[in-house]
Amino acid sequence: MINLLIDNMVFASLLALIGLGGMFGGLLGYAAEKFKIDSDPVVDTIDQLLPQTQCGQCGFPGCRPYAQSIADGDAINKCPPGGQSTINAIAKLLDITAVPLDEEHGQEELRTVAYIREDECIGCTKCIQACPVDAILGSAKLMHTVIEEECTGCDLCVDPCPVDCIDMLPFTTSIDTWYWPTPENTPPSTNSTYTEGHSS
Amino acid sequence: MRHLWETPGGVHLSDNKAQSQTMSIGQVPLPKMLVLPLNSAFGETAKASVRVGDRVLKGQKIADIQGKLSVAVHASSSGIVSSIEPRTIAHPSGLPTPCIEITTDGEDRWIESTTYPHYQHIDPSKLCDIISQAGIVGMGGAGFPSAVKLAIDGEKSVDTLIINATECEPFITADDMLIRERAAEIVRGIDVINCALGKPKTILIGIENNKPEAIKALQEHCNGTHIEVVSIPTKYPSGGEKQLIYILTGKELPSGALPMNIGMVCLNIATVFAIKRAVIDGQPLISRVTTITGQACDINRNYEVLIGTSVEHLLELNEFNRERCSRLIVGGPMMGFTLSTTNVSVTKTSACILAVSHQEMPDSSPPQPCIRCGLCAEACPASLLPQQLYWYAKAENHERLQAHHLFDCIECGACSYVCPSKIPLVQHYRTSKGDILTARAEKAMAFKARERFEFRAIRLDKIDHQRESKRESRKLFSNNAAQQRVSGKPPLTASAEDIIKAAQLRIQTKQISPEKQKAKLERTLIAAQMRLEEAEQRLADVLDSGTLDQQTQHKATLEGAKQKVDKTQQRLAKINLQ
Repeated sequence: MINLLIDNMVFASLLALIGLGGMFGGLLGYAAEKFKIDSDPVVDTIDQLLPQTQCGQCGFPGCRPYAQSIADGDAINKCPPGGQSTINAIAKLLDITAVPLDEEHGQEELRTVAYIREDECIGCTKCIQACPVDAILGSAKLMHTVIEEECTGCDLCVDPCPVDCIDMLPFTTSIDTWYWPTPENTPPSTNSTYTEGHSS
Repeated sequence: MRHLWETPGGVHLSDNKAQSQTMSIGQVPLPKMLVLPLNSAFGETAKASVRVGDRVLKGQKIADIQGKLSVAVHASSSGIVSSIEPRTIAHPSGLPTPCIEITTDGEDRWIESTTYPHYQHIDPSKLCDIISQAGIVGMGGAGFPSAVKLAIDGEKSVDTLIINATECEPFITADDMLIRERAAEIVRGIDVINCALGKPKTILIGIENNKPEAIKALQEHCNGTHIEVVSIPTKYPSGGEKQLIYILTGKELPSGALPMNIGMVCLNIATVFAIKRAVIDGQPLISRVTTITGQACDINRNYEVLIGTSVEHLLELNEFNRERCSRLIVGGPMMGFTLSTTNVSVTKTSACILAVSHQEMPDSSPPQPCIRCGLCAEACPASLLPQQLYWYAKAENHERLQAHHLFDCIECGACSYVCPSKIPLVQHYRTSKGDILTARAEKAMAFKARERFEFRAIRLDKIDHQRESKRESRKLFSNNAAQQRVSGKPPLTASAEDIIKAAQLRIQTKQISPEKQKAKLERTLIAAQMRLEEAEQRLADVLDSGTLDQQTQHKATLEGAKQKVDKTQQRLAKINLQ
């Protein structure tokens, strides 16, 4: 066998090349299966930047479809809850120019939280069905309530309510979420000006 | 003599401590009201366990721990719970937070308590529990629950206990006075902690050398123990946890790490005293030593103040002069914050109430542009680049700020202090830290929202599937029933074969003979023609006397009837052809 190969160099090299080709082909095929990426990583990254309010103000049924659409070349300025900071982040990611928010889809507003006036609620469950993140608790003919920590402030529960008992309240700063404001807007209130004026 | 390491940066400040040390620690007359906040400095709120109108005794627990970082709250004096509502507390935000208000009855009657004089024989975890239930937090300023610091599990071991008695901020003398008067109790407290931590090898008390009397008092009581009192050079901010650890041991705390990670625990000396009271005397944390000082008060003194006493009450006691006061500060002049109202209460972390005069702290001149002198970098005890951080903070460049280790900033204020342009650098860092943390929290929230949204989609899909399969099974059932009516056979059970058979059978039964179809169609045609005539009649009536609406309606009916006749005629013709 070896002798035969040594005698026919052309045949031997052909055999070797075919063998190598088959081996690498198999390896690549295996790798393609093994390390397969199910979804488009660009869409995932854009989706991570979007605020996930799932409000549909962009005209898409949720944040991911809009991320998909941006990846396909749609405008990046259709997300009012994300505001300018989200636009800037996406622009930076995609290396395109940041544009101002498209007012057609809404204005950048303060974050809100839905609040159900519980004594007016008739228990129709319509808001529960509308909530994209299952943040409303309740049952038919029983009062409903919003889980405040889960509410994204998307507004979608307000329209379906037949008795208009849902208010969108601005998100209030509590002592736990408060932090120091920028010095320009406030008279310096601490240390910054301690001078050694005292002599006793 | 222990070898000491020197921290980079730092500033030398004039002490301003002598004026409040002329008198011993005083007692404050019992205030009429005590307002006790329920939140700890770390964002978790204790759960009130009393209701409005309840009678409480001094030292009675009035709020329970809820979550790992909340702390228990105890009544500082006996009386009646007069309200539980949000109040402004001594916090830089000035925002209201839930508080329990107690109207004192003047009796100051203690609740019966359990004391643990033989703490040496108590399990360390039980000791931690006692400390936690006594509501003890770090009294140096940050207010971190002490029990969390002391809770060591099997894997981690502590070889060094550091007691922080540096008190490096000007004006504050609360710890100094506490040590001078109660050194014996403090040393016993250290022994309690020693037991709780499983007897670490080294115990060090770090104290600045501007407190000779306190050092002497401690040394007297530490003789014969393995506690070492270390006098360190006076320099601000030696009292920072990281700085003190470095000065005493030469070990640098890695960025983002806790002292526990390098086998150390660092506690404030006032906390040690509170732990002694809690374990040996059974008294929860209901009072602390607070310095009331500043030129706007005629009396400068330290007091043992009940937690919840209003600042107003303390200032009156010290003959506070509002006109003279330029600013009312809680804490020291470097790291404290300004109060907007005197109607707030003393908390567990209020070491000092500083009423400075205009002379002591003149109103700030507006900040000037940065001249890049670099003094801030020289002063920074954390070896950061304050100037770079300032530019990035102004540009809101969060990535670069974090790359320049913004979160290693201890907010000591040394950079602002040395800045010749009077730029409030620390304020910028604080804001940036808040911005970054808020952005992180929002990101986490968005992640949670996405998960919930995706889960909801799966849930809805599942419901749809269930509905579909239910409808399928109902259909099969009704078909079976119908078939049974036709054939008199028992209904089929739902196997694939049976379903096919049933369907075939159905098709057969549905096909009726052409003759029957023809007869049926003829009947339909007659009926349709009759309806058409009727409609024509009605339209004629309406055309004479009816409204426009009626006319259109009847025209439509007529049209419908005509179509029906046409259709039937067509189908009839088709059958005839066949």
